[in-house]
Order: sequence, then C-alpha cells, then structure tokens
Amino acid sequence: MTEPTLQMASVSSGLAKRHKAEKRFRFMALASVLLGLIFLAVLFINVLTSGADAIRQSKVRLDINLQTNDFGGSKNPDIQQLKNANYQGIIKRTVYKNFPDVKSRRDKRALYRLVSSGAAYELRGFVLDNPSKIGTSISIWLTASDDVDMIMKGKVSRTASSDLRRLSDQQMGWLEKLETEGNLETKFNWTLFSSGDSREPELAGVAAAMVGSLYSIIVCLIISFPLGVMAALYLESFAPKNRFTSFIEVNINNLAAVPSIVFGLLGLAVFLNFFELPRSAPLVGGMVLSLMTMPTIIIAGRVAIQGVPPSIKEAALAVGASPVQAVFHHVLPLAMPGVLTGTIIGTARALGETAPLLMIGMVAFVVDVPKSILDPATALPVQVYLWSDMPEKGFAERTSAAILVLLAFVGLMNLTAVLLRKKFEIRW
Amino acid sequence: MFEPDQKKAELVPQTRNWRERAIMLALLAASSVAVLTTVGIVASLIFESIQFFRIVPFTDFVFGLHWSPQMAIREDQVGSSGAFGAIPLLVGTLLISAVALTISAPVGLMSAIYLGEYASPKMRSIIKPTLEVLAGIPTVVYGFFAVVVVAPLLRQGGESIGLSVSSESALAAGFVMGIMTIPFVSSISDDAISAVPSSLKEAALGLGSTRSEAIKNVIVPAALPGIAGGILLAASRVIGETMIVVMAAGLTAKLTLNPLDAVTTVTVQIVTLLTGDQEFDSPKTLSAFALGLLLFTITLALNVTALKIVKAYREQYD
Repeated sequence: MTEPTLQMASVSSGLAKRHKAEKRFRFMALASVLLGLIFLAVLFINVLTSGADAIRQSKVRLDINLQTNDFGGSKNPDIQQLKNANYQGIIKRTVYKNFPDVKSRRDKRALYRLVSSGAAYELRGFVLDNPSKIGTSISIWLTASDDVDMIMKGKVSRTASSDLRRLSDQQMGWLEKLETEGNLETKFNWTLFSSGDSREPELAGVAAAMVGSLYSIIVCLIISFPLGVMAALYLESFAPKNRFTSFIEVNINNLAAVPSIVFGLLGLAVFLNFFELPRSAPLVGGMVLSLMTMPTIIIAGRVAIQGVPPSIKEAALAVGASPVQAVFHHVLPLAMPGVLTGTIIGTARALGETAPLLMIGMVAFVVDVPKSILDPATALPVQVYLWSDMPEKGFAERTSAAILVLLAFVGLMNLTAVLLRKKFEIRW
Repeated sequence: MFEPDQKKAELVPQTRNWRERAIMLALLAASSVAVLTTVGIVASLIFESIQFFRIVPFTDFVFGLHWSPQMAIREDQVGSSGAFGAIPLLVGTLLISAVALTISAPVGLMSAIYLGEYASPKMRSIIKPTLEVLAGIPTVVYGFFAVVVVAPLLRQGGESIGLSVSSESALAAGFVMGIMTIPFVSSISDDAISAVPSSLKEAALGLGSTRSEAIKNVIVPAALPGIAGGILLAASRVIGETMIVVMAAGLTAKLTLNPLDAVTTVTVQIVTLLTGDQEFDSPKTLSAFALGLLLFTITLALNVTALKIVKAYREQYD
C-alpha cells in the first residue's frame, strides 16, 4: 500500500518542474516562429518607409518665355531647330531673371545648380510636344536637383553644416524663397517609372530595368514552359522504366539544387563564348533563367499529372484513343492548373534572380529602354544591386522603391499561383 | 446495312502511329534537355578549369592558403604572380554558412514543432504561408537589408559592449542568410514530423509524458533523418547563395574563424572576377570557373548525401 503512494509522490514532486520545462519549450517554439515573423515585418516596414519617399520628387516651377529667336527666329521652326535649341540657356536665363540680385558668375552657377541637369531635356520634351507654344510664356514644373530634394524631404536637416547638406547658406536662402513663393514642391515622381538608369538620382528610373526583366521572363517562359511540360508528360506517362529514364530523373532533381551562379557560368561559357550570342542581352538572360526554371516546372508538372486518376486515361484508351491522344486530350488539360501553378512559382523565382544575370553581363548601365531582346539591358533585381552601391542619398530611397516594384511583381505572381491552385483544385 | 470502309479503317491508325512516334521523340528530346544542361555545366566548368590548372598547379589551388588573384600587366611588376589558394575562400564560406545554420536549424525546427504540435489549425493556416514568404523574397532584397539595417545594428551593438565588428562581418551576412533559410528547414522538418505516425505520439502521451517530452524523446528522434536531410539541403543552399554575400560580405580573403571579421566567399570571388571587362583566357577569369567547379562539387555532394540520408534512414512504420 505504501509503495504506490511513494511513487505518486515522486511523480508529483517532479511534476511542477516538468510542467515548467513544458512551458519553456512551448515558449521557445513560439519565439522561433515570432523571430521569423518579426524579421519579415521589419524588412517590409523598412523597405516601405524608405521606398515611399521615392514616390515624390521635388520640382521647381519656372515661368519660361520661349522667345522665337531661341529657335532660329521663326514662329514655325523645323524639327532640327527644335531639337538643337539651347534649352539649358533658356532655363538659366529664366532662373537668373527670377533672382535679379544674383550677379557674380559663381553665384549664378550655384543658383542654376538647384535645378537638375535633366531639366533641359524635360523642357525640350515639352517643346517638341507643343511647338505651338513657341513665342509665348509657359509655366512648367522642372525637376529640382538631388540635394534640394533631400532637404525638401527632410532626409538632410536644414540646419546641418553646409558640407553635410551639400548646399551653401546662400543656396538655402534661394531654396526657401522658392518654397515660400510656392514655386518649389514635391510632386508625384513620374521619372521613376518612365526613364532608365542615370548617374543623377533625381533622373533615375526603373523603366529600362522593368522592360529588361519582362523580355528575359518572356524568353524564359517561351523556352521552359513547353519543354518542361513535355518532359513532365514523358517521364510521368510514357517513359519506360529503364536506366536512362532514372538517369534523367536524377539529373532533374540535382539541377533543381544547383546554385544559380553556376547556371550563370554555364551561360557565360556556352552561350556567350561558344555560341557568341550578344553580351548583356535579355535573350541570353532568358535562356539562362529558363534552364533554372525548367526543373521546377518539370517537378511541379509531374506532381500535377500524378494527381489525375488513371481511370480517366484508361477510359480514353478503352474508347479507342491512342496513348498520346489519351494523355494530350484528357490527362494534360486536367493537370494544367497544377502545371501552371508550378510554372508561375518558378517564373517568380526567376524574376528575382540576380547572380546568373551578373555573369552574362546584364549589369550594364542602361539609360535607354531596350527595344528588342538583343539590346543591352538590365533587370529589376540587378538594378536594385547597382543602386544599392551608389553613394548618393537619393539612390537609397530609389533602391527601396525598385525593391517595392520587384516585390510587387513577385508577390502578385505568387498570389496568382495560390488563387489558381485554390480555384481549380479538384478532389477526385 | 453499314459497311465499314476497310481501307479507311486501316489508314487512320497508320498515320496516327507515325505521328505518335514523332511526338514521342519530341517528348524524349525535351526530357533530355535536363541531361544536356548537366552535361553543359560539367563540361564547361571542367574545360575552363583544365585550362586554369595548366597555369596554376592543382595543388596550389586546393591547398593554397593565400588568395590574391592579380595578374601582372607588366612582366617586372611587384607582386606580379597572383596567388590562387582557395582555402581562405572555403573557410570564409564555411564560416558564414555556420553562422546561418546556427540560426536556421534550431529556429526552423522549433517553428515546425510549434506549427505542427502547438498551433491551432487556423493559426497554422495563417502563419505557415506567411513564413514561406521569407523564402520567396529575392535574395538581392536580403542583401540590401543586410547592408542597410543588420550590419549597422551589429556594429553599434558591438561597439556598445566594446567589440569591434567589421561593417562587412560574416555575422551580418550569416544572420540574414539564416533567416532566409528558416522556411526551408521548417517545411522539410514539418514533412518529416508529420510523417511520424500519431500512434507513437499518443502512446507517449498516454504513458504520462508531457507534450514537450513526447516531442523531444519520441517525435524528433523518429523524424531525425528527414530533419538532417533538410538541414543539409539548407547548407547546400547557403553555400551557393550569392547576392547576400556579394552585397554584405567582404572582398579580401582572410583566413579567420572570427565571425566579427570580414571574410569573402567562393561565390563573391566568382562575381568579382567575372563582372567587368577582362580577357577571357587570363588565369584571373579562368580561376572563376575553377571556383565554380569547386562550388558545384560541394553542393552536389551535399545534395546527394542529403537525399541518401533521407532514403536510407527513413523509419518504416507500416
């Protein structure tokens, strides 16, 4: 009789300790989950707050008098005169007129530096679009320089030393005068989405990189989707069980785990050096990415095809369809949602891939939006990498903005994949 | 009444057969692209590496303790003979990977345990996909975050306790990589844990063990091969990871095991050697392919071992 109670006592004496250990363990497990979630939150908040600043850009309003003699004296100048007019001179003249008390050449130069060097191109673009305005006075918002932009957004304190501010006290005075007169404001930054790379942060945009990414992804899909689906069909429906088949399977599984940079080395050695395809071109980028994406598509495709019950294929065969007809007419359409899901996820990963593109030279400084898949181009993630290395403060917020654009596309694709899977999921 | 057209009945299957054979060949060709890719990778890496080893002896590369891949522009230049010893790069890679795995292995496993054993189904259905987002973020974003947020934080933290932390420390790159691979470890561990039959757990609970005791003494040991395989796969992923280290780790090769120092990795060197304009047959660019071969061999070995472990030690409960 005494024995069991003694045992009970020894059990219950340890119980409190064991329950404490249980609580501790549970807390550690929860903490692990929270660590990942907190990191994710901090990352998103950091990128969002930093990137949001790049949505706006400081602009200066100038009332510019477009005199006819700026364009060779005629009211209807020809296109060459329009293109070659001295727009920088026109802007300088206007700026100096607004500040008549600025006399010395040095001060004048400092004054003009408040306006971005790209302002002349903006004015040129405006005049080319509206040649009828020549001879009249126009009011136009032109991009302010990066240093002004940083002050306006509060990234650099107005009271900081002029070294840190990169603007002299005199320039600050002009800036504040423009501001109080309502001629200096932050406006929506169209440049960010319409132009290519630039050495000046206020003129840099992601358009060229976006088009480069788009071209690469299209090339990647055109190659990897049909090949991937065909390989999955073959391995799952037709392949004889022999050594060669299992060799292919081992190959595919290993390729899925090869570091992406190795694919870049392959592209460099084979596509660029052996086949002498153009460097920095989205065509080669897409080809390299397709080799990386294909294993993902094949693996996802096989799972989707496995999910179609054999009775469907057997029924098709029984009414006289050939094996190929049974698979292409009945199995493949039913497996398509799964195949597409895998394809989208693989493509989203390819979109975010940077390292292999560095290997084949898609790190070029690309100002113009590429017009074909053979033009030198860069891609969105590569643009992020390039901007993150720039010393100017203005590039920091643009890097975050480029990241936001990239994350938006990647997120959208993954979301589509999830929705697709939910919508077309069939339970047999 | 209705006479089937004998001729036609024969003709259709014949063209069909011919077409089907063509289709089958096309399918086989598509499957072979994967083999071709592997062959292409191995051939190009080995071909360029052989050229490299003609200039730099193989033993110098594999056992050399010094890495400084400058080549002379002039014959008589000081320090004209570059050093191509891969050991410092390997040590740097392993150091950063070790930091990453000390974070992702326990955190990933514990996350999987929480989601599988403690979280309610509803919570699990929200948290699991959210954690998976970590795996979907492009690595260049992690690299930027490591440079802008993590490295300065570690530096400040180190200064406040009197440690000098390099701004390109192995710790910063490793930490971010560790976070990146959490979902990787956790989803594979999750699969391994849910493959353990619930009767084992129920037996342990029925004998009076607490949940954590059942997990620690019954479930995790039973799922260990799967978990170990997952960690090896994560290791292979971390070793081959490029952008995070290119942005957040250093460029100069240093033989050290201190995670607060700046080290460089195999992938960083491949990128630095091959971006920019170089002539293609200089030992400098060729060495990148030798490093690529090294990287390919290591990751392949890890992957194969991981798959073998999972296959060989999987407990059969049927």
